[in-house]
Amino acid sequence: MVVKGKIKRGEYFDSVTLMLVAKQINVIAGITDAAVVMNTEENRSILESSGLLMPEFESAKGSDLLICLKAESNEIAEKAMLQVDDVLDKVRHEISDTEDFLPKSLETAMKTMPDANLALISVAGKYAAREAMKALKKGLHVMIFSDNVPIENEIKLKKYAKENDLLVMGPDCGTAIINGVPLAFANVVNRGNVGIVAASGTGLQEISSIISNNGSGISQAIGTGGRDVKKEVGGIIFLAALDALNRDKSTEIIVLVSKPPAKEVLKKILEKVKNITKPVIAIFFGADDKTFKNSKAIQAKTLEEAAFIAVNLAKKKDKDSFKEMLVKRQKTIQETAKKEVNTKNREQKYLRGLFCGGTLCEEAQIIFQDQIGDVYSNMSSKEKFLLKDSWESCRNTVIDMGGDEFTVGRPHPMIDFSLRNRRILKEAEDPEVAVILFDVVLGYGSNMNPAEELVPVIKKANSISKRGQISFVCSITGTEYDPQNRRKVKQKLEEAGVYVMESNAAACELSGLIIKILSEKFEKKEDRHGNK
Amino acid sequence: MAINDLFDKDLKIINIGLTSFKDSLEEVQVDVVQVDWKPPADIDEKTMEIISIHSSYIEKQNEKSLKKILSGMPFLIDLERAIDVIPGMKKNMILHAGPPITWDRMCGPMRGAIIGALIYEGMAENPEEAEKLAASNEIEYSPCHEHNTVGPMAGIVSPSMPVFVLKNEEYGNHAYCTMNEGLGKVLRYGAFSKEVIEKLRWMEAVLYPALKKAVRELGKIDLKNIIAQALHMGDEVHNRNRAATSLFYRQIAPAVIKTNDTDVAVKVLEFINGNDHFFLNLSMPACKVTLDAARNIKGSSVVVAMTRNGTDFGIQLSGTGDQWFVGSAPIPDALFFPGYSKDDANRDIGDSSITETNGLGGFAIASSPAIVQFVGGTAKDALNYTQEMYEITVGENNIYQIPSLNFRGTPTGIDVVKVVEKGILPFIDTGVAHKKAGIGQVGAGVLSAPMEPFTKALKGLAESLEKKKN
Repeated sequence: MVVKGKIKRGEYFDSVTLMLVAKQINVIAGITDAAVVMNTEENRSILESSGLLMPEFESAKGSDLLICLKAESNEIAEKAMLQVDDVLDKVRHEISDTEDFLPKSLETAMKTMPDANLALISVAGKYAAREAMKALKKGLHVMIFSDNVPIENEIKLKKYAKENDLLVMGPDCGTAIINGVPLAFANVVNRGNVGIVAASGTGLQEISSIISNNGSGISQAIGTGGRDVKKEVGGIIFLAALDALNRDKSTEIIVLVSKPPAKEVLKKILEKVKNITKPVIAIFFGADDKTFKNSKAIQAKTLEEAAFIAVNLAKKKDKDSFKEMLVKRQKTIQETAKKEVNTKNREQKYLRGLFCGGTLCEEAQIIFQDQIGDVYSNMSSKEKFLLKDSWESCRNTVIDMGGDEFTVGRPHPMIDFSLRNRRILKEAEDPEVAVILFDVVLGYGSNMNPAEELVPVIKKANSISKRGQISFVCSITGTEYDPQNRRKVKQKLEEAGVYVMESNAAACELSGLIIKILSEKFEKKEDRHGNK
Repeated sequence: MAINDLFDKDLKIINIGLTSFKDSLEEVQVDVVQVDWKPPADIDEKTMEIISIHSSYIEKQNEKSLKKILSGMPFLIDLERAIDVIPGMKKNMILHAGPPITWDRMCGPMRGAIIGALIYEGMAENPEEAEKLAASNEIEYSPCHEHNTVGPMAGIVSPSMPVFVLKNEEYGNHAYCTMNEGLGKVLRYGAFSKEVIEKLRWMEAVLYPALKKAVRELGKIDLKNIIAQALHMGDEVHNRNRAATSLFYRQIAPAVIKTNDTDVAVKVLEFINGNDHFFLNLSMPACKVTLDAARNIKGSSVVVAMTRNGTDFGIQLSGTGDQWFVGSAPIPDALFFPGYSKDDANRDIGDSSITETNGLGGFAIASSPAIVQFVGGTAKDALNYTQEMYEITVGENNIYQIPSLNFRGTPTGIDVVKVVEKGILPFIDTGVAHKKAGIGQVGAGVLSAPMEPFTKALKGLAESLEKKKN
């Protein structure tokens, strides 16, 4: 194994272009890893952690491009290095030869579009705040897709936005739906009377898709970025968005969703809910039930439940009328689980959840905790269940494939399935694995051919596991209006033997139940971990 | 627009970053404009902070600079000997292009041109003697720019060379430039052979008095008018001066004939006619005399000089007086004459980038698509280059226009703040000299200015603003 590094001075490419370049290099036979990144501090630390930070990169400056290849032989590495040059050259010239003049700055773009009202910003994090402030000062609302924006900049932007009644969605806001327009990674959903405020990207996608799939629709879905509900930012935009939805005539029901917010922020939000005249449904993962006592907010346990309550209210039905349907579904799930258990041998007892949606992975941990006890994860909030090595699963494990350790020089796993596909095969080789659970997130920005890329992997995984059959369970976040079309994706996956559930909650329920029944059936003497 | 007002409007989006987001938005029929974003130049936070604190003052001062540039009225009014008119010129002084430089750091073509000039002046008999003298302390070197003068390529001006005398009629200041020798083996590219010196002597003996008489006969020639017309005729008056030379010829020819013997008039007019670049040595001082009037406006981040000496690339700002900010001069991306390659090319050289500083040359390349072919570009590239330059200029010219951009004024007044903030560098047309003395021109092309002088200049401006405060 050889590792080769190279600096290209003063060559700027945007990160997506570089990821596509890296993807092309990664498929070369004999290349085990390739990173093509701009020399930023974040990228350096990521390279370091993956053993790709070469000593010669010491001299690199901010505008330099770093290339690092891990290969089976020197010859392959050198050949691939030349290929990197070719690909970069091609990318550069494709643009300069054919494109019409594009404005190089916001101010020039404003000359072309004087009535612009929203800036969507996805430049490297350290520059994003400056561009965002320029846009705010011109009176534009802002969505910042970029991550790695310093928190003090986020606070500055949001304070300015609040004073001027403007929206700052993000930083690190992956999705939003404003006036029916899906922004960045978002699903094509019905328009309707449910408004969403979300400090969680896939949470917003899952809820809006389920609402749409059940015949209601979305008025506005406002993303705030995960840090908005942290103590430092104090929920500035979360609260402002809640106010805005309260005033919005098209919004009749409001859904709030967030990964664990800071205590004081949660308090502020619930305080604000008191004055909201519309029904508010809230799902705050990890929040203490006591906090909700005496609150006007209707607490939901899962994303799906939040969506169902919203649909019932939107259709002016009793908010709990969905529960009957859930009971029916539980029966089906039980039958399926029993059937699947019969295909397992004595060794098979664990589940492996491989997620591209961070919030879905979080939800899975919470659902499993009640059902089968704590599970291991690279994102566990409990020290004991935090995986030591994200690349190696342990007993029951759920992995957030969107974690930094998996995304160096690669597109997000919603776009690029290759790493997760490899992981699926690896898990299938483990004789103790009974269930592989995964999510598929559709919509603009996501992988355009999810079924075509997953089906061959599932077939191969089935052929690897000789002793007993592995159950494949998945959920699809999305709608049939999405460019990938949920119905078609579902059909193809089902043909490959995958149980495609209506929601992440349902997929977790089925997976957990299989494990639960298995553990009861083959009760071992050893103390099972995580039992309460 | 308040948040709730946004909910009632059609979204109009400016997308800064990933183009895939723009593609998705277009698919759902949303109006979106893509920004082709580049990161800003590397510069310390403190400088940017000072600049941002003073930004409205800087903008106000830049408007003043721009106004002075736009209202400049460059006229050719006379021809004289350098020693008689150029301020500060001395008998043992040689002016050169670019920022200040000593003999030991000068590039080959500049040394060659100095050798030629010393022989021409009669101060040395042969190249060896000239080189010895040049390296001694007897010769004083000074940048043209510090003497209201500009010179193409090596930009060498020696005391007895005849020069055009220009006047900015609006502000009363003057500028000077030698006459253009034509292409091939010429002093400005560092050639110093016998025929080079002989041509210079002919120019002094025949061309100079003839043109002087003609110009005096006409009184003055409006250069702004000629440049404005030439832009409509395919010139950008830096690398292409064919139209401007023709226009000048039409004005001067009757006066040359009227004031000179026929055989002299024929030779003089043939010389001008035979040199497409004759007008370069008028467009350059026209820009110089215009920009000099915009100097010394406190706090202004407008570039008033941008020039190269074949080793360094230097700029001066309106707001920082006579201070030079320099970095290493790049090697141009060029089309080379047969038999030459980039290995032969000298680093960028000449005061001729004064045209870009005034919003012409590379900034007006949309007027002159023929030039962009030097580097295998397309006509569309020419439009794009000019449009990009609007990103880094304070305003647009009121007289100089670009037909293919609906007669939009040329991008004028390079703002160093914008250059650094946007990471966009001035685009320059240029000729390429051989790096060895005495060989001459080997190609022509285009290049982007280096970033270093601009970040240094912005720091310098920030320092001057801080001083003002204290």
